[in-house]
Amino acid sequence: MSKQLLKGNVALAEAAIRAGCEAYFGYPITPQTELLEHMARRMIELNRVFLQAESEVAAINMVYGAAVAGTKVMTSSSSPGISLMQEGFSYIAGSNVPVVVIDVMRGGPGLGNIQPSQSDYNQITKSAGHGDFHPIVLAPATVQEAIDLTVLAFDLAETYRTLVIVAADGAIGQMMEPAELPPMRPKREKRPFWALTGAAGRPKNVITSLYLGADNLEALNNQIQDKLALIQGHEVRYDCYRMEDADSVLVAFGTAARVAQTAVDHLRQEGFPVGLLRPITLWPFPERPLRELAQQVDTLLVVEMNAGQMFHDVKEVVGDQAEVYFTGRTGGAIPTPDEIERVVHGLYNYYLDPDYSPVGVLA
Amino acid sequence: MISEKVVYERPVALSVNRTHYCPGCTHGTAHRLVAETIDELNIRERTILVASVGCSVFAYDYFDVDACEAPHGRAPAMATGIKRVSPDNIVFTYQGDGDLASIGIGEAIHAASRGENITIIFINNAVYGMTGGQMAPTSLIGQKTTSSPLGRDPKLSGTPLHIAELMAGLPGVAYSVRRSLHDARHVIQAKKAIRLAFEAQMQHLGFSLVELLSTCPTNWGVAPGEACDWVREEMIPVYPLGDFKVAEPLRARSQRGGQ
Repeated sequence: MSKQLLKGNVALAEAAIRAGCEAYFGYPITPQTELLEHMARRMIELNRVFLQAESEVAAINMVYGAAVAGTKVMTSSSSPGISLMQEGFSYIAGSNVPVVVIDVMRGGPGLGNIQPSQSDYNQITKSAGHGDFHPIVLAPATVQEAIDLTVLAFDLAETYRTLVIVAADGAIGQMMEPAELPPMRPKREKRPFWALTGAAGRPKNVITSLYLGADNLEALNNQIQDKLALIQGHEVRYDCYRMEDADSVLVAFGTAARVAQTAVDHLRQEGFPVGLLRPITLWPFPERPLRELAQQVDTLLVVEMNAGQMFHDVKEVVGDQAEVYFTGRTGGAIPTPDEIERVVHGLYNYYLDPDYSPVGVLA
Repeated sequence: MISEKVVYERPVALSVNRTHYCPGCTHGTAHRLVAETIDELNIRERTILVASVGCSVFAYDYFDVDACEAPHGRAPAMATGIKRVSPDNIVFTYQGDGDLASIGIGEAIHAASRGENITIIFINNAVYGMTGGQMAPTSLIGQKTTSSPLGRDPKLSGTPLHIAELMAGLPGVAYSVRRSLHDARHVIQAKKAIRLAFEAQMQHLGFSLVELLSTCPTNWGVAPGEACDWVREEMIPVYPLGDFKVAEPLRARSQRGGQ
């Protein structure tokens, strides 16, 4: 395999196919539509299942159906569509079936716009539907990483029988970058033992999220919480950049982290000892590395393409160990390296001059 | 020498389980008819039930087949997902009128419109059963329910929705009929329709739906016998029994017209 110039949405779709995706159900929404279009052509070509659903609500329930039948199944959407799919997410969580969802995030609230955004952080890491659960949330910062994390998403979904969301944004979905696709995995021949395949030569399999009686439902919840604890213990992923001797660290994911990385390079050239911590798993959140980091550095600046959603998670983990600030843009605007650098300059000025207020520079 | 012959027994496709249905409710009858059909067609080991939200939510406890439980109204979408990845399985949903005709009308119509090769058993008892007798899209004009205490007013809440007729208008539909469960003769006719609906799927003819006029003595506030009378006297005039769409290969064995 060699590198080729790939559009993010196409790369996400093709990566899913090569990871073994057997069925795809989706509904058109910008900025992820090329993903659905690629699936429409390729899945049929490969004699796999593709279906354009009548709505995101129907799409996620078709996905739920294909999941209970024991196939590797995926859907993709963007923020307003993800809101509609939350009903299905909750049922999928309550019945412990593996599902992969790609969310190419756009600006909200409401119809918002189709510009890149990270406005779904809260809705996918915390409130992905009613009840107590979290999907595994993977946040790529490059087209290559979008490919790698999509493959990983299918493996994690199977391993833990859980919902995995790949949280890209409009920029990752729409831009083209050189990237390498993985080889095509062989088709899986056998359905898992728990799947609905017809009760031939075995007792019937039933998949439900309905548990009447507080004890029964609490037992399910305890089992889900145990699984989540296992995931937290084994699946935290993050990346560190130029952390050597850093006394200030930017914390950012996805496209915001790419911009932050450029800002770090510029700031380093100017002599500011700044590093970058980039969560790759938004859930499970990299709590321990962040907590350890907070003991070594003075200041953390969270950079997001939203009004400060991950900021609250960072703040909660770090507590009083270090100062935590936020800067970001909303509405589909991407912060520039320059904007981030100005905020960092302001923070350093603040430490040099206690009368200097950083409030004005924090967007 | 006395010889014995079994003429009536529990269908194999029904689990040995006590149901939670109220006395006089026809869910039990409908379950039995579906289970008998599954036995007769010898498809139990490849059938998948998609249960819905409503009184029949525990249908998966009563049928001895692989089963799942869909979100409210979404059973046809879930059945679509299953059937598309497992075309050799026989997939059916079992939905009430709140589930199918109200919150799930979109999923039902689009599954039908795609000619999805699934079967829907649609229970129409003119009321929301599980939540306590609220008005359904199928409630009759003037029918008093807990959410239409003065009677259903068409100016406020529209008129009864005719699902079997509605589905019949879609080219993807192979079989769409209405039957009733209020007396033995009609139960036998309902059984024949259910069997044809499953056969439509087995012959890959497309979407099949059997609407069954059913009783809800508890929420109608009447005795079981009176509930059967109410189906005959009040529901059937509004919901005529009959075949609204029968694909050609099934026609020779279908019953045409009313009854």
